[in-house]
Formats: sequence, structure tokens, C-alpha cells
Amino acid sequence: MTKSRPPDRPEPAPGATTRALIDIRIQDDILRARQASRTAASAIGFTTVDQTRLATVVSELTRNALVYAGGGVCRVLTRLTVQERSVMIEVEDQGPGIADVTGALTRGFSTGRGLGLGLAAVRKLMDDLVIETCPGRTLVRTGMTRRR
Amino acid sequence: MRVPILRLGRVLLTSLPADLTDQQVMDLQIDALALIQSGKADGLVIDITAADVVDSYMARILSETAKMVKIMGGVAVLAGMQPAVALTLVEMGRDMIDMETAFDLEGGVAKVVRLVASRGGRHDEVPTT
Repeated sequence: MTKSRPPDRPEPAPGATTRALIDIRIQDDILRARQASRTAASAIGFTTVDQTRLATVVSELTRNALVYAGGGVCRVLTRLTVQERSVMIEVEDQGPGIADVTGALTRGFSTGRGLGLGLAAVRKLMDDLVIETCPGRTLVRTGMTRRR
Repeated sequence: MRVPILRLGRVLLTSLPADLTDQQVMDLQIDALALIQSGKADGLVIDITAADVVDSYMARILSETAKMVKIMGGVAVLAGMQPAVALTLVEMGRDMIDMETAFDLEGGVAKVVRLVASRGGRHDEVPTT
């Protein structure tokens, strides 16, 4: 699982940013988004554990978009500075919106059953989580930053 | 493509690929339950050595499969979880995985055999003496 960089490919220079955009239309797209986030995080030196956290988060969020909104788009943005490496995940859809955000976050998956949007899990795995939602548009943005 | 399930004696073995769609996980559940129901096996070992992501959906389906197998009279064991996956699951919340586990495939098979024996196995195997 550990995908170490080849020695002839140094880390990107500080200040570099990358972005990947994955359309979420079918179940296979969840796997593609997961892989894209892992690849992007690996490229700027995130640990295997952090890559696993990220891939899991992307899996939860893109599934929500697919199941509850019929699809959406996933953006993966990475940034490397002199002090830190960071990755931001954005998943956006045009679905009905999340009626009870607070409930989804607090109830979340804690019981392991029921609605379970996985948002509580996402919040635990990441540094921050912002949810903008209304009928017709939901944007979930979550990030992870590590000192170098 | 469905995940193949092998049978070794009275134990079913399956090894999950690195990337698995939700449908494949659900198909695996259906296939495993059908094989248990057919009477050809008492238990199931699901090896997840290759899986580098186990999210809440997969954790739930695996745990539910184990519960279904159990109330049918069998045993299902999850084997070979990677440390990073285990760490992530623990961070996500309590009881994400609610089933028997083992370090590896060998340990999983041993556990199925031991647990089935301790429960008395299937009725038609009870000695008639």
C-alpha cells in the first residue's frame, strides 16, 4: 500500500499547488476519487495513515453525493509551503441538501446505524469541516494540514 | 465483477481486492449467505489484507454480514486488516467493525473452526452414538 516516491522525483517545490477534479456519476467514480486523493496526498509527502484517512473521507463524501444527490463533483487541492503540507477536499452536488446538518454531524454515524452520512466520521478524521447546504446545492469542504 | 468465494472444507474463503465498489460488497454478502444457507459451509473468512480503505458503508455491510451468518448458525471472521485502516476505523467512532477478527487468513480459518466446534456445528454432524 505504501507508495513511496521514486528517488529521482523530488518533492514539489514549496508554493506548488495541484488540483484534481473527479466527476461523480457512478460507483466506480468513488474509487477514482479515492485514488486521486491518495495520489495527490502521497505526492506531497503525507504519511500512509493520513493518506488512508483522506481516502476514507473522500469515499464517505462522494458516496453521499452519489446516493443522496445522484452525483456531483469532487475536487482535491494540495498545497506545499515551506512550513506545511495541506490538502483540501471539496465535494459539491446539486441535490436536495442536508435538512438537518447539526443532526447529521452529532448523530452522524455514532450509532453505526440509520441515516449515517458519515459526516461525524469525516470531522473526526480531518482538521476542519465546512458544510454549505440548501435545496439545490451542497458543498462540503474539509482539509488536513501537517507541519513539515 | 463479483468477488470470488472459495471453499476449503467447511470454511468459505474470500479475499477482497484493494478497491471494491458498494455493489461488489453487497454482492459478496448475498453470495456468502447463499453458500452458508446451502449447507456446504459453516463459516466464512473475509481477508482484507489488500483493502486500503474501509469506510463506514463497507464496515457496516461487513458487520451486518457477520451478524446474518451468526444468526443462521455460522461464523464470519474478518482477517488481515492493515494498521492504517484499523487506526482510521477506530478514529471514526466506536464499533465501526462489529464482528470476529483475526490477524491473518490462517488465524481466521482457525477461529472459524474453533467457534463452530464450540457451538456444536450443524445438527447433522452431531454424533449419533
